[in-house]
Amino acid sequence: MTTTNVTTKSREELIEKFSKPEVISGSEILLRSLLLEGVDCVFGYPGGAVLYIYDAMHGNPDFNHLLTRHEQGAIHAADGYARASGKVGVCIATSGPGATNLVTGIATAYMDSVPMVVITGNVISTLIGTDAFQEADITGITMPITKHSYLVRDVEDLPRVIHEAFHIANSGRKGPVLIDIPKDVSAAKTLFKPVNEVSIRGYNPTVSPNKLQVDKMIKAIKEAKRPIILAGGGVVYSGAHEQLLEFVLKTEIPITTTLLGLGGFPSGNDLWLGMPGMHGTYTANTSIQKADLLINIGARFDDRVTGKLSGFAPLAKIVHIDIDPAEIGKNVHADIPIVGDVKTVLEVANQTATRANLADEWRQEVLASKKQHPFQYKDSDTELKPQWVVELIHETTNGDAIVTTDVGQHQMWAAQYYKFNKPRSWVTSGGLGTMGFGFPSAIGAQMANPDRLVVSINGDGGMQMCAQELAICAINNIPVKVVILNNQVLGMVRQWQELIHENRFSHIDLAGSPDFVKLAEAYGVKGFRATNKEESRKVWEEAMNHPGPAVVEFVVRRDENVYPMVAQGSTIDQMIMGDAE
Amino acid sequence: MKKHTVAVIVNDQPGVLQRVSGLFGRRGFNIESITVGASEEVGLSRMVIVSTGDDHTLEQIIKQLYKLIDVIKVIDLSANAMVSRELALIKVNAEPSARPEVLGVVDTFRASVVDIATNTLMVQVVGDTEKIDAMIELLKPYGIREVSRTGVTALNRGNVSKL
Ligand SMILES: Cc1ncc(C[n+]2csc(CCOP(=O)(O)OP(=O)(O)O)c2C)c(N)n1
Repeated sequence: MTTTNVTTKSREELIEKFSKPEVISGSEILLRSLLLEGVDCVFGYPGGAVLYIYDAMHGNPDFNHLLTRHEQGAIHAADGYARASGKVGVCIATSGPGATNLVTGIATAYMDSVPMVVITGNVISTLIGTDAFQEADITGITMPITKHSYLVRDVEDLPRVIHEAFHIANSGRKGPVLIDIPKDVSAAKTLFKPVNEVSIRGYNPTVSPNKLQVDKMIKAIKEAKRPIILAGGGVVYSGAHEQLLEFVLKTEIPITTTLLGLGGFPSGNDLWLGMPGMHGTYTANTSIQKADLLINIGARFDDRVTGKLSGFAPLAKIVHIDIDPAEIGKNVHADIPIVGDVKTVLEVANQTATRANLADEWRQEVLASKKQHPFQYKDSDTELKPQWVVELIHETTNGDAIVTTDVGQHQMWAAQYYKFNKPRSWVTSGGLGTMGFGFPSAIGAQMANPDRLVVSINGDGGMQMCAQELAICAINNIPVKVVILNNQVLGMVRQWQELIHENRFSHIDLAGSPDFVKLAEAYGVKGFRATNKEESRKVWEEAMNHPGPAVVEFVVRRDENVYPMVAQGSTIDQMIMGDAE
Repeated sequence: MKKHTVAVIVNDQPGVLQRVSGLFGRRGFNIESITVGASEEVGLSRMVIVSTGDDHTLEQIIKQLYKLIDVIKVIDLSANAMVSRELALIKVNAEPSARPEVLGVVDTFRASVVDIATNTLMVQVVGDTEKIDAMIELLKPYGIREVSRTGVTALNRGNVSKL
């Protein structure tokens, strides 16, 4: 990758460089503060209200900014950067339309607890509230979808605000923080002194668990005959994958990981039952329903996981571990609540955790079920099956790629058929289910991991929501491999209309889509197409060997459905198994 | 469904009322009354919110409020003995002939008359919500012109200071 013409300096070097007190503009303060926070890549789009900020970037040898082609591309890229690296993603947009174009991306990050600092310009302070040109109350608009926000009224506050914003975004339950900076504040000058401490009264996330509660869990494990672990995104976010593995090896409790938890536990491990929920495995779902102890580690009992809430895990005593106390008891009553950082909680638990000795029969039952009910599809030699394509991608990448997806059937097939063994290798919009996310998030993931293979799996629908970002892949040579599973329809909607609306296919036909190969080429990106297995193998290999970005369109069977499926309103063991079984 | 009174100590920042009330709206929590004013400490305001819901809802209200960075402390006032007060101004019809009767009501409620016009009286009453409701009920027959209520403010009884 040849994007960075910027030499990343260490924080020490930067502090050295910036420690000389100097009168500089709010914009300079912003850039210097971002560098001091360790930000090495910012995604954004300029405009009137951020002119001073962009002026400060001009010729700045330290600052690395990627100009996307839409603010939505910038924010999803910042999100992908954060998810794939664990660092805070940063995005900059101008006031009004620039800021409102970020809303979907902010909501996406908020729902999935992704640490992000979003910087927007605003009109000059004296014009705020006058319906000035390109004015929008972006702090007001985003209040329900940010962890916190600031409207900076005084340039003196900037260093503190930026430092606080990074701290809030990346501690406790992570999330997006917005900083709205009026134009006059980014222009105003003051003496810059970096801020290194943060003290926010009343904000003190509980990291260490109550030991008594952990002991209760350990005791419950000893008594359980049919225990199960449900692990979620919290495992990945707190970096607890090693501790989780140790916990499972010690207790030998079967484990299921949610959509966002994929990669938080090695899929090759015998005790892993796959993903639960609407398109989860038969074994994960039935096991949850039979379990007498369910240990939720960093998952939030989303309705896509629980199905009909009143019938969820009806026999189980529930342990719920979460950094956010408000998650505990929100959807499912917790018999043993444990508030704390998942990694710290598991470290404490691992000191005394022992094998769930009464669960031998259960392990056998679960493992037998896992053998008996893998994900299945009817393969075909005449039509290309999307599941087969995902398997091909998995095989040829040895399961080592960072995979990002858009939203729809392809997302579920990617979750089902790509087997993840490492955390932060799976980037997908879970909570909000945002189409348009898949491709730009891959750009962020690649920027954060220049040396890893990044594959973005998209539908033909969602790809058209942010396709313009092919431009930045081309000019910056960001070598993302963009896969399009082209079924010519809004597949997931088609599936629901088939199964729930008696085949009344309303507005799902994507006729009029561009020739994706030509679209790629129009942007200067290499394009490939495959319509059968043989072509697929050949074309995919070529794309992988191509040093730059590539778009690979797989023309797949139109009417394929994702199975199993739990219809809304059903309990999760009421699965439609589909044509494979 | 129970009535719950919570005190929320917040940073005295622009937008904080919007954050708190927005949270109630978005999560479907009911607000029966909300008051905000200065607290004992410079820079902090005290909000008092009366809401209805079951205990699970109350628990969620408190936990969700704590997620707001500007919220310093949430106190479930109704969990302990508390004093809660509301003030109302009631403009009631009072022709000279009806005045003695109206004043009788005012006296009984230990309310006071704060303005007199030819045909109306303005009554000020302080008390808990039930007392004010009752007062309004009793004045209704005379013809109420306007009512303005402050909403409930409250503190727990006793020596303990909660902050
Ligand atoms: C922004 C947005 N709009 C609408 C939806 C609703 N939606 C969910 S899946 C889907 C179909 C996606 O079709 P496509 O991108 O072709 O992927 P496929 O399901 O065919 O794999 C739609 C419209 C959404 N998730 N996000």
